[in-house]
Amino acid sequence: MIHPLDPVATLGRGVLGACRTAGDVALFALDGLSHLVRPPFYGRLFLRAFIDFAYYSLPVVALTAVFTGMVLALQSYTGFARFNAQGAVANLVVLSMTRELGPVLAGLMVAGRVGAAIAAELGTMRVTDQIDALTTLSTNPMKYLVTPRLLAATVALPLLVLVANILGVLGGYLIGTTKLGFSSGAYLSATLDFLHWDDVVSGLVKAAVFGFVIALMGTWNGYSSRGGAQGVGSATTSAVVSSSVLILALDYLLTELFFAR
Amino acid sequence: MSNYRHDAHPEDRTEPYLVAHPAEAVAAAVPKIRLRGVVKHFGSKHVLDGVDLDVAAGHSTVILGGSGSGKSVMLKCMLGLIVPDAGTIEIDGRDVLRMNRREREAVNDRIGMLFQNAALFDSLPVWENVAFKLLAQRRMTRAQARERAAEVLTLVGLAPSVGDLSPSELSGGMQKRVGLARAIAAEPDIIFFDEPTTGLDPIMGAVIDGLIVDCVRRLGATAVSITHDMASARRIGDTAAMLYQGRIVWTGPAEYLGHTGNDIVDQFANGERDGPIQMELRR
Ligand SMILES: Nc1ncnc2c1ncn2[C@@H]1O[C@H](COP(=O)(O)OP(=O)(O)O)[C@@H](O)[C@H]1O
Ligand SMILES: [Mg+2]
Repeated sequence: MIHPLDPVATLGRGVLGACRTAGDVALFALDGLSHLVRPPFYGRLFLRAFIDFAYYSLPVVALTAVFTGMVLALQSYTGFARFNAQGAVANLVVLSMTRELGPVLAGLMVAGRVGAAIAAELGTMRVTDQIDALTTLSTNPMKYLVTPRLLAATVALPLLVLVANILGVLGGYLIGTTKLGFSSGAYLSATLDFLHWDDVVSGLVKAAVFGFVIALMGTWNGYSSRGGAQGVGSATTSAVVSSSVLILALDYLLTELFFAR
Repeated sequence: MSNYRHDAHPEDRTEPYLVAHPAEAVAAAVPKIRLRGVVKHFGSKHVLDGVDLDVAAGHSTVILGGSGSGKSVMLKCMLGLIVPDAGTIEIDGRDVLRMNRREREAVNDRIGMLFQNAALFDSLPVWENVAFKLLAQRRMTRAQARERAAEVLTLVGLAPSVGDLSPSELSGGMQKRVGLARAIAAEPDIIFFDEPTTGLDPIMGAVIDGLIVDCVRRLGATAVSITHDMASARRIGDTAAMLYQGRIVWTGPAEYLGHTGNDIVDQFANGERDGPIQMELRR
């Protein structure tokens, strides 16, 4: 007999469980995506999800981006001053925002805001039989609940990140010109000189991937939740935790893919 | 008919009740719904353990059984929401478990379901809940669907103005009525009712039962209702079946409930503490 706390058995069970879950999630994602090309399409639901992702996330993403840009300028200035390289502040701010911090911070914020809400909503629908009810009402619940959200998040996140990038640079600019003694023209031209289009594009691609992951984790955890209020609570937690971890891990992989030469 | 377990009432043994309605007796020969050996386990828990059941077309069948005995699971198997581990389920003589997605959806288009807790969509106003299937099947415009929703709400005794409310603004009894309206709006051939009166006061329960009987009769539909309320079972059911320990242990006319001669059913129907059913407080 295997002792329940046998570390090898526990590890094995954990790995097997993780593989099974990964397989389930992959099948779920494929099913969700397959409805993109099979009518009927729910434009109204896509729009509602898109507004939730893009419009209602704007304030929190904007605030995060402005403050991040400000902090970046301040911190990098004190760091670069030691090497008399203060001129690189604008460069650092714009590259960090577009390549990394814009997509990652927007992703984490949206995961906490919308990913959690999706998991809670679908989880509640699951435990109150509303998802089963859809099936009895001639409606495919994947098509109705999951596909519009996957698509909306994938489209909305890049737009949010574009805004976050601009506001992050603006934050750096505000600190640079008001506290650090840069002239407005010098700061802006330093920003634009160093900015290359593939920095922006790589960030937007990351954002699209993160958006998809947030919606996938939110819908999957909600859709497969079980067991009443507690099940909904843990679905919400897992949605946020898993999408946050995946965002950071995928950020590394995508960076490696884009920039490792 | 060989599998149709009919333990007749002692005084009625010479004349099985189905023969009293010749037209229905013919219909009963090809059951609308037919379950054979349906098995469903959740992990080590044997919920359904070989369910055999015939539901005659145009009849109203009530399924009795204790809480947690698997009644809802059985209904969900018939709807395709849960896939059984073994057994066959036929609707109109066709094996629904071996259908592809599209065929299955076509069968479900003709089925209405009232869920145990109504399961109304709280993101939609009442009228869109009621008209949901009509809109999903693209049978009418939104304006027409809205009119139809008002009609159906009237049928279940609600004012059309209720259509503009959100489901969360309704009392339990009103939610059940809206759930009933949603189940019948697309005029299904088969309607399932999962504990339609549980959680309602006795008068509201009787009112809902009356609505169910009216609606089923008006549509000429086949109805399968789950209940553990005996008064309700006698009011809604033509036929009753008892689910116990994962099997249908008795089938017979609903009016015999309480004096069927089957110890399990009689204990359940009369709510006696002592008898063959021992409450399993732990599984
Ligand atoms: N999806 C599920 N996963 C695991 N167990 C389930 C599931 N659905 C139902 N059960 C279990 O099956 C048993 C029967 O449930 P149910 O059919 O809802 O009972 P009832 O007869 O009261 O409607 C219960 O013990 C329940 O815990
Ligand atoms: Mg039940």
